[in-house]
Amino acid sequence: MVHYELILPILLHLLTGILLIAAWGRINVQRIISALSGIISVFLAFFLYFSVSENGIITLQSGNWPAPFGISFVGDKLSSLLVLLTSFSGLAVIIFSLVSVNKARMRFGYFAMIHFLLLGLNGAFLTGDIFNLYVWFEVIIISSFVLLTIGGEKKQLEGAINYVTMNLLASVIFLTAIAILYGLAGTLNMADLSEKIASHPNKGLVQTTAILFFVAFGIKSAVFPLYFWLPSAYHTPPSAVGAIFGGLLTKVGIYAFLRVFSLIFIPDPFLSQLLVIVACLTLLTGALGALAQQNNFRKIISYLIVCHIGFMIAGLGMYTEWALIGAVFYLIHDIVVKTNIFLISGLIFKIKGTVNLKKLGGLYNSHPKLSFLMAITIFSLVGVPPLSGFWPKLYLFEASFSTGDYALTAFLVIGSFITLYIMARAWIEIFWKEGEGRQRVAQHFVYFDNMRSLKKWVLVSPVVFLTLVTLYIGLNAEHMIQVSEHIVQELLDTQPYIDAVMNPKIQK
Amino acid sequence: MELVIALLVGFLYASGIYLILRRSLVKLILGLILLGNGANLLIFLVGRLNSEQPPIIPDAASTLTGAYADPIPQALILTAIVISFGLQSFAIVTIKKVYKEVGTDDLDIIDRREQE
Repeated sequence: MVHYELILPILLHLLTGILLIAAWGRINVQRIISALSGIISVFLAFFLYFSVSENGIITLQSGNWPAPFGISFVGDKLSSLLVLLTSFSGLAVIIFSLVSVNKARMRFGYFAMIHFLLLGLNGAFLTGDIFNLYVWFEVIIISSFVLLTIGGEKKQLEGAINYVTMNLLASVIFLTAIAILYGLAGTLNMADLSEKIASHPNKGLVQTTAILFFVAFGIKSAVFPLYFWLPSAYHTPPSAVGAIFGGLLTKVGIYAFLRVFSLIFIPDPFLSQLLVIVACLTLLTGALGALAQQNNFRKIISYLIVCHIGFMIAGLGMYTEWALIGAVFYLIHDIVVKTNIFLISGLIFKIKGTVNLKKLGGLYNSHPKLSFLMAITIFSLVGVPPLSGFWPKLYLFEASFSTGDYALTAFLVIGSFITLYIMARAWIEIFWKEGEGRQRVAQHFVYFDNMRSLKKWVLVSPVVFLTLVTLYIGLNAEHMIQVSEHIVQELLDTQPYIDAVMNPKIQK
Repeated sequence: MELVIALLVGFLYASGIYLILRRSLVKLILGLILLGNGANLLIFLVGRLNSEQPPIIPDAASTLTGAYADPIPQALILTAIVISFGLQSFAIVTIKKVYKEVGTDDLDIIDRREQE
């Protein structure tokens, strides 16, 4: 049986992107197509997710070339879950953009680029070929370049220089690593590589290649000391773009880490140690960076992205079952919460006309219901039990105790604690403090309170939707832990993955 | 031959990284282009250089025999060239735009303004 559902999320966004380019300039048509496609993508992602739950690991060989000669698409629990979460974030961002992004941006292909970005993300999650992964990464970065610079504001362009340079550099390093890997093993299929690299005699060269992959993915996922491009770029574009970047772009780097460092390279003690040290420093520098930012709320949450990447890298570095469960669960939680917190910052901007903490205030008095909604996400980000951020941290702490990495425990605590402090301060500044009035923005800027109620709902509904997803993850943690355990078993025992790709007939 | 190409790859990487570390935006882009070309040559090199036959199966046979050139690196390089062409042209347009907005191509000055 051929599992076409694997390719459907990719095809959907490709077709939508092309349609949107055909509807160039017609904003309302674009809005409708984009929103419809976002909704359909959620259904397709559910379809894929249930298909994987039912059939186990499913594969699709492009052009019917048997692996390892063609490009394989593979859907396992991890990738199908990430496709599902991508569709959630994507839908929320599209709906939020309908009202929040200005018309000039839409006229120059904003929605098309969102869909090409989602196309690249889905492709990266579903491919089983390392060079194809590189190509999807390029699709992602070229779309993100356009989204970052569209509008051409001065600060956007300045942030874009770091972003473009570092991502191009990461691509070159990734390509170099792939070249050496091809030279070592003579194949590009990840399942095939897994077998050939495991039995390769030249361990030194294999480890060197692993370090090259580490640097490439490290730049993508913004770990210490390769993260500085992120805080200088993520706060410059509109909040909706910030949301999709903050929620998904660094996470695709984490996905690549999880995939490549479980399937192709198994971290040896040196690499594990390196990952743990990098995780500690990422937690520390991200948290300190956020502390040092006094005023700009979006810059603060950009630094928090870096800080929280540390949790996932820590889980990968310890490489025990519990640690990986923590990392995978954190990944699930982080995609939803980071997207939502950026959308919330956009909402605050729409209400008050600024995201400067000094000028904000009094939101709790004027918008109590919205404040409560935002509070759930903020508490979840901090990790207040029983919300979603709490459970993965529990696993990570437990794992760091059992492996004896007490220094890492300390850094995990510091990272969590500083996040708590920062969010508490933001809460006081934004919601409790006596506020100034609204800030003047541009001439045609429409404040949230002056919008018609339909537009208000369009802005609030994505935040409600993602908050509900967060609540589901947090309150139904039992189920999510089972899913994470299942994923980790697939990561640790790679034989079913290899069999599913290489010998599809053995499967029932 | 391998040695010459290997040295060339190393030279391209070295000069690419040197140029990236300069302060000028134009040199930055040139550095990235050189690095990209170095990576492409590296892929070519690891596919093993030989001067035997092309990888075309003769009419009478059903598989390739003897030494033949590996077609995969060529396909990879072609893909990588196309991708890097797109990315580089975007990057060049971006720095043009940055230059028009900021009025300088010195990264230190741009960075200082960004901090303000």
